[in-house]
Amino acid sequence: MTEQSLQEEPLVVRGKLEIPYKQFVGSVASKFLIEIRDNKKIFGMRCPECNRVYVPSRSICPKCMCRMDEWVEVSDRGTVLTYTVVNYKEPTHPVEPPFVYGIIQLDGADTGIVHFIAGVDPEELKVGLRVQAVFKAERQGSMLDIKHFKPL
Amino acid sequence: MADRVGIVAVAQTKFDQKREEHLTETLVHVTKDVMGQTGLEFKDDGTGIDSTVVASQDYFGGPGGIHMHYAYTVGAYRRPDERVEEDGAFAVAYGAMQILSGHHDVVLVVGHIKESVCSKNQVENLGLDHIYGRKIGLDFVAAAGMQAMRYQHKYGITPEQCAKVVVKNRTNGKNNPLVMYANGITVEDVLKSEMVADPIRVQEAKPVPVDGAVAMILACEDKAKKLTNKPVWITGMGMCYDHHELGYRDLADCDSLVSAAQMAYKMAGIKEPAKELNLAEVSDHYAYQELLWSEGLGLCGKGEGGKLIDKGTTSMGGELPVNPSGGLLCGVPLIVAGMQRVAECVLQLRGEAGGRQVSGAKTALAHGVEGPAGQLHCVITLEK
Repeated sequence: MTEQSLQEEPLVVRGKLEIPYKQFVGSVASKFLIEIRDNKKIFGMRCPECNRVYVPSRSICPKCMCRMDEWVEVSDRGTVLTYTVVNYKEPTHPVEPPFVYGIIQLDGADTGIVHFIAGVDPEELKVGLRVQAVFKAERQGSMLDIKHFKPL
Repeated sequence: MADRVGIVAVAQTKFDQKREEHLTETLVHVTKDVMGQTGLEFKDDGTGIDSTVVASQDYFGGPGGIHMHYAYTVGAYRRPDERVEEDGAFAVAYGAMQILSGHHDVVLVVGHIKESVCSKNQVENLGLDHIYGRKIGLDFVAAAGMQAMRYQHKYGITPEQCAKVVVKNRTNGKNNPLVMYANGITVEDVLKSEMVADPIRVQEAKPVPVDGAVAMILACEDKAKKLTNKPVWITGMGMCYDHHELGYRDLADCDSLVSAAQMAYKMAGIKEPAKELNLAEVSDHYAYQELLWSEGLGLCGKGEGGKLIDKGTTSMGGELPVNPSGGLLCGVPLIVAGMQRVAECVLQLRGEAGGRQVSGAKTALAHGVEGPAGQLHCVITLEK
């Protein structure tokens, strides 16, 4: 190898991993998402042992490890527990920055749901802000059927 | 069952961007280093290194296949070789458990990542569940933003107090020749820097991308004493996971870290960590985390992380220096992060930490964290 070739930029291998996947979301998340899609209603699961209502819903209470099977409709209104304004862009983002993520405790739920908060002035954003879900007109059975939460 | 586990050798690379170095070269470098320090080789007759535990992240392998590189490169094949897809501190704990259980006497533990291979944020989006969190594009930066906001709101922690962590650690890092991002930044500079995920500014986040590796050799007590005259003993270990769903926990309180720390302190017989520890190396992926994790570790009371930095307790020369090495804010790759905390504690307890040496250090704590907003923690206590 000549001295000149050693000084050349080392080669790089470029690639892009794209693996299509599909995964059954389970009967509980199915109902949670179908209620949003078909009826614009948000449901949680109540634990028979500790009585906590989990939104977004899961089949097992992580505190009591018991199976939950009582569906409870919660409000589409709630309180912002925390938030962040995202100022960077990633291909994983479904919306353009700047945008706001928040954790919202819906009235009737004991846990928070992570989603977008929009239609709010930066000065208005605060922990404790009251918000309401805005549903998309065309809904497909995903978390994105809730467009965002807007201030009440 | 072995009595104690000793760390008999550690090696670190420089933490920079190794675009022109293949991963295998980095791995050989740190592995040869610790083998050279001890004279140990890979043997299957009980006279050398019995097994390897390697921590990395598969998505940074190109992506995929990251774990294929280690064993064949360093000649550690046809032997036990465990792989850990978590922060490297966990790998140290698993390696120590192999010895405590009596399975092996001598274990080589390695952590490596080249963050420059692909996007950290896109990889960390995959750390969220595929139904809820991943769908809305969430990643660990945004999760940290929400945790920082909740923490500041609940306990009145100020942006200035978080900025002081950056200033302290970047100043400490000037004494660490292995890091790239040490500087004389001021609180004002930090607070003027670009906002990334409110309230986290760009200077308050671990620099990305950074590449590097750490290796260490663990040994049972009698072999450790023969392999070095400066063994560092693992006195306690604790690990704890919380739920990945951010809304299922109060992000201002790191309950899983409290549990991990209690587990480690119980094993080590530590009752008052703030008094009994001489230094701590804590995973500050973001500035607020050093304060919040200090609370979880019991180095101060709940909500008192801000006071801790204000009082100078955690500065060099303070009662309990935190991150004398400069911490992750000076640029250390994820996964390597927690293992490098352990390596720095070892150098401190051997009295080999150069300009960043905490004088007379006899006990130390290393902390690793993984998952969104500190979902899982590993705490390791050490003594000389």
